[in-house]
Order: sequence, then C-alpha cells, then structure tokens
Amino acid sequence: MKLKKKILNTFVQRLKKQRMAKKITLPDFRITPTIDQVGIEERVARFTTRSIKKESKMQGMKMILSMIDLTTLEGKDTEGKVKQMCYKAAHLHDVIPGLPTVAAVCVYPSMVKTAKDALKGTGVKVASVSTAFPSGQSTHEIKIADTTFAVDNGADEIDMVISRGEFLKGNYNFVFDEIVAIKEACGKARLKVIFETGELSTLDNVRKASDIAMYAGADFIKTSTGKISPAATMPVTLVMLEAIRDYYYATGRMVGMKPAGGISTSKLALQYLIMVNETLGADWLSNEWFRFGASSLANDVLMQIAKQTTGVYQSSDYFSKD
Amino acid sequence: MKENKNTKKAFYSGKDLPEVKLKFNSAWDLAPAPEDSKHVSIKKQYDLFINGEFVKPNSKKYFATYNPATDEKISEVADADEKDVDKAVKAARAAFGKWSKLSGKERGKYIYRIARLMQERAREFAVIETMDGGKPIRESRDIDVPLAANHFFYYAGWADKLEYAFPNRNPKPLGVAGQIIPWNFPLLMAAWKIAPALAAGNTVVLKPAETTPLTALKLAELIRDSGLPKGVVNIITGAGKTGAAIVNHPDINKIAFTGSTNVGKWIQKSIAGTDKKCTLELGGKAANIIFEDAPLDQAVEGIINGIFFNQGHVCCAGSRLFVQESVADVVIRKLKDRMETLRVGDPMDKNTDIGAINSKQQLLKIQEYINIGKNEGGEIYQPSCSLPKKGNFCKPTIFLNVSQSHRIVQEEIFGPVLAIQTFRTIEEVIEKANNIPYGLSAGVWTDKGSKIFNLTSKLKAGVIWANTYNKFDPTSPFGGYKESGFGREGGLHGLGAYLQF
Repeated sequence: MKLKKKILNTFVQRLKKQRMAKKITLPDFRITPTIDQVGIEERVARFTTRSIKKESKMQGMKMILSMIDLTTLEGKDTEGKVKQMCYKAAHLHDVIPGLPTVAAVCVYPSMVKTAKDALKGTGVKVASVSTAFPSGQSTHEIKIADTTFAVDNGADEIDMVISRGEFLKGNYNFVFDEIVAIKEACGKARLKVIFETGELSTLDNVRKASDIAMYAGADFIKTSTGKISPAATMPVTLVMLEAIRDYYYATGRMVGMKPAGGISTSKLALQYLIMVNETLGADWLSNEWFRFGASSLANDVLMQIAKQTTGVYQSSDYFSKD
Repeated sequence: MKENKNTKKAFYSGKDLPEVKLKFNSAWDLAPAPEDSKHVSIKKQYDLFINGEFVKPNSKKYFATYNPATDEKISEVADADEKDVDKAVKAARAAFGKWSKLSGKERGKYIYRIARLMQERAREFAVIETMDGGKPIRESRDIDVPLAANHFFYYAGWADKLEYAFPNRNPKPLGVAGQIIPWNFPLLMAAWKIAPALAAGNTVVLKPAETTPLTALKLAELIRDSGLPKGVVNIITGAGKTGAAIVNHPDINKIAFTGSTNVGKWIQKSIAGTDKKCTLELGGKAANIIFEDAPLDQAVEGIINGIFFNQGHVCCAGSRLFVQESVADVVIRKLKDRMETLRVGDPMDKNTDIGAINSKQQLLKIQEYINIGKNEGGEIYQPSCSLPKKGNFCKPTIFLNVSQSHRIVQEEIFGPVLAIQTFRTIEEVIEKANNIPYGLSAGVWTDKGSKIFNLTSKLKAGVIWANTYNKFDPTSPFGGYKESGFGREGGLHGLGAYLQF
C-alpha cells in the first residue's frame, strides 16, 4: 500500500514538473465565452436548411464514410464479432468500386489485439475506449493501467472518458490532471476525450470541458459514450467546434472533433459536415480532424450512395450488417 | 502536435497571437439548388385593384418591374394617377359603412380566410417575392411569407374582441386608411398594414413600392378569391406621385407610411392642418452593442443577422456595431471568418445567404457610401466571395476604425454595410448609441440580466433586442423614436392605431 502511494506520489510530481516545463496550464475561465442556447439552436437550424445535392452530396457521403469510427462497445462483444466488423471496416460495399474505408474501428481494450490483427495492412486504425469506460468511476491507477494495456496491444487511438462527477463538483483541476496523465500514458496514440455531454447538463459546461481537455493536451474532443441519451446533438457539437476554433486562434494547434452516438442517417451526417465546414473550414474536413462515432450510419450512407449511382433505392438486405 | 510559431500582435489588446487562418474556400462546394419557379403564374400586365376587380388605369400608362438579380423584366404594372386614387378612395369609402357595421366575428372570418389562403399559396408568394425584390428564397420562404400570414391570423383573432382589447373605451374604426409601403418587405409590410386596419373595421387603399409591386398584386388576387366585400381593400400601383395623391386626398382618415425619413417629413407637412391621423415608420441606424461578457459566437451571429439580413435593406438593421474593447479583437476576427462563409448570389438558390440589391439606384447609393467610408479613412473589409456578373449585387462590407463623426456612422445606408466602433464603459456606449437622429431599434449582448434592463431603459429606441436581433412577431409592437417615426405596428398598439375612442 505504502509503496503504491509512493509510486503515485512520484508520478504526480513528475507530472507537475512536466507541466511546468511544457507550460501546460488550466485554461483561463475568465475569458471563456458564455454560451447562449437559443442562439446556438438558431445557428444549427441554419445549417440544417442547406441544400446538398448531386455531386456535392456524393462527395459529402464519401467523406462521411471515410470519417466513421465503426464501433462496437457491448458486454457481449466477442473476438468473432470484432473480426467481422473489421472486415466490414475495410470492405464497406465492394459492389460499388472506389469507396473509402472507414477511419477506424472502436472497441474495448480487450479487443484491441484482435482488431489490430484483423486490420493489418488496411490502413484502418484501431481506437480503444479506456479509463473505465463508460462511467469513468474508477481509480487513477486503474485508468492508467487500462490505457497502457490498450496502447501496448497496439491501439492507435485512445477514447478516454472524463470524471463527470468531479467536473460537476467543480474539481476542474482533477479533470485537467487526469487528462494530462492519460495523455502521457498514451505515448504516440492520439487521445480523444469523451465528455458525455448528456451528463453535463448545460452548454456552458460543455464549453468548459472542451477548454479543459484541449489545454490538457487532447488531440480530439468527443461528445458521448453512446451509452447515455441524449448522445451527440448538433448544438453540443457546435459548441465544441467553436471551442476548437477559439483554441486554434489562441494557440495555433488543431484539435479534432468526434460526435458519437445518435447519428444514424446520411442526411444528419451531411448537416454535421456543413456545420464543420462553416465553423472550422476545409482543414477540418478530413478524418484526421473529424470523426463520426457510429455503428449504423455506414449502411445508410451506402444505401444513399447506391441510390445516387443507380438511381433507385435498394433494400437494406443488399447491405451487409457486421 | 502541429503548432504555429509565427505570431501577430492583436490590434486592440496587443496580445501575441499565432498567425493562423481558417480556410473556407472548401473543395467541397455545394451544387446549385435553385428553387423551382415554373409553378408560379405571373401575368404580363397588372391593372389596379379597385372595388374588388382589376381595372385599367386612367392614364393608360404602365411601367415595368424587373428582377434585380437578372435585370430581366418580369411584368408590367399600372401607373395610377390622381383620378385612379380618387376612384380607389371612393370605393373604400363606399365599402366602409357596411364593413364597419359587420359584426367583429364576421370580419374575423374574412381575415382568417386571407391568412389561410396565404399559407396555401405560400410557395408562390415566396418565389415571386424573391424574383421581384431580390431577397434570398430562404428568407422569403422562412420569414416574410409565414410572418405575413401570422399577422393576418393574429389580427383576425382581435376582430371580435375590440371591446376587450380596449375596455370601457368604446373603440370605433377611423374610416379609410391610405397605406404606403416600402420595397424591402413588400408582402410583410402589406400584411402589417392591412390586417389591423381590417380587424378594426377600416377600409384601405394600399400602394406598394414601384420596384416591388407583384406580391401586393398577388395579394389582391388572393383577396378577390377570398370573397372579401368589394372595396374593403384596394391596391393601386405607382411611384411617388401616386403616393402623394393618396396622402393629399381629402377623404382619407389615416395615413400609414413605412419608408424613408425624408418622405415621412414631407407627409407630415402635407397633412398638417388636416384631421388625418398618421403613423410613420421611418429610417434607422441601430446600435448593436456587444459586451465582453456576451455569448460571443452567438453575438457574431447576431451581428451577421443584424446587418446582412435582407441585404441590409431593413430599417431596424444593426448598422452600427459597438464592441467592448476587451473583446474587440476576437469578435472582429470571428466576424471576418463568419463573413467568409456567407454565400452571395442567385436569390433563388436555397443556399444563398445574401441576395440581390433591390434596384440599380439603391446599389449606386450603397456603393457611394462605401466610397465615402473609404475616403473618410475607414478600414474596409469584404470577404473573398465572387459576385454574379449580371444583376445588382454588393459584397457584405464592414468598416473598422470609424467614429461617430464619420458619415457612414451617421447616415442610413440601407445596404449590407456595417460600421464598427469600440467602447470601454457603459456610459460611453449609451451616449454614443443615442447620439443619432434615429431611434428605431437596438441590440444588447450580455450574459448579465441586470445590464440588459439598465440599457433597455436608457437606450432611446423603440425596439431593443437582448441577445438576439431582427426578431419579429405579430404580438409585439414595432416602431420608433425621434426621426424614426411615431406610432406602433403589431400587437395591441398596432390595433389601437386604427381605432378612435
């Protein structure tokens, strides 16, 4: 017990030193703009009236496919299920040539190795949830260990959850330090920070969490685990995109965005892309900086692409469900 | 981590900020999405709508109305002279007796019918409004037409409740109302004028602006179809002379005018000494005030909506922006980025944010003001968008580095041109905001409720929006102070303006 504490203490001290050296500091909440929910909803309504047609629709839909983090995060996940999903990730719909692969698959740490092996040579990345996903209700050591395990098994990306309880208590330092520590444990893996915005209750909190995560070193900020309703919504995503923009203005560093959960139609996904395009611009329109966390979106997009290519809708039975 | 090491000093705060730029000239561009206009029927020539039917003008003269986005002629409308005006007023007077004695419930039925017919033909009205006036189809479809129908619905509800609206005051209609409306919201302004007048039991003679007569004439067709008794609504077309004939007609009881301050002044002179009642809704040069504690991104949206809505052809447009100095750098940067994403062009395209300037004459006036601003030493910024080769188009424009002494800050431009000033204290911004002959509207952006109430009681403006801008509702009165006119339209106040007690 004593030894454990000692290790932890030295770890925390090392962290502090690193922070001093790298000048990682909590964001200045005094300059964080407030969020007006009515205004956000109005802006979102404007994005949804954009009319996306013909070649721009096709281009958008291919972009969506390439931005998907194909996800399975269930207690009943098996290696067989993960392998099947990985095949789908790299072969979305071979009947139509020229389709991209998805960006990544997203699995639990225990499935990282399976996914990594299954995806060898495809270019599709493996993302692993960690830090006692989805609740985050665990100890610091376990969260670090969880992350290290996933990284050691070959995860290219880590999707961590923040401690919402501590955040709502006002312990922003705790949340900040935790993200810094996980980022450290990630090594070369890119870190996505999940806020579970459905539990943060206000858009002001979403903004605050975004600032904390980005200043703590997040490579991506992500709305939801998909386990709570509401999951990703356009207003929440817009608040996060605007936070990314402000952070970019202030530091020059790009941070990615990943709405997750609840985006299951290509129409909605296209509206998200419009929102990204008109908030952050063209640089963010790639899977390096924007992702959809989704399980059923891909097939709807494929169905639309098939319609666009052949002129007729096809039954959902023509699209594989893996 | 991609980090940018180059920095640039911020203008107001002096902070070192990384030199980064967002790119909005995306490779992913939206394909054209033009609204279909084939279903719309526009006649080659329109006569005057007098006493329930379309009649030829006395002068036998017609003038053309053009699509400002393509310069193509759409139709011809009649030029009404004094005799035509007299005919219309006589028809309205003849209809007044019966109409005013009709029970409120019956009057309400007719007005409801107009509202419902307008909803049924909403698409047609929206398309014609856009073709004739140049405003983006998104606005005419989502704002102008639904709001016009809502005004009829709202006032229809009051028709049989006048006694309750003004208890113990024995409200009575005025008689014949002469109504002259502008070109910026042709159908909506017609609704603002006609709906309360009818609900109160008056009859009307309405003249739309000469550049945008078509939706008013379509409204005349709709009113004819609705079975409204003959002569209750008369719609005649023409230019300034026709308007003058209405104002000077001896048998008119009330003048309701929306338009420029100069014409408003002339109307007041003309009707001096008569017992004509009058409401004037004139120009404006509204202050839109952003405090440092405002929701900044939403405030930027409010700036955009405030000045670029309807190409800035809005009397209550937020054409003077005041930003607190501590957030000026960031707000201006955000504003410039947002302007890059505005789509300027074909008003019929569903994705167009800013359409065509209403007329060549107005475009020249706006361009003149832009030149004045440049010559005065203002720092101009326009986004990199390209404009269509044909038609009247103007880039959204902002001016930095201007002061109260600049003409572009003092005078109403009525176009997509914004003058930006900074301020340090509340006292300063109140003084500057009120330091203008106009007083129609203002906007306040802050997270603090008490600050909003403090400002709303000190700003001399008829309408003040808090954390939003350019919001209209039939239930809310609208009108100005000082040279922005007097009288209110909308809500109970708007109803009261068509009654005597």
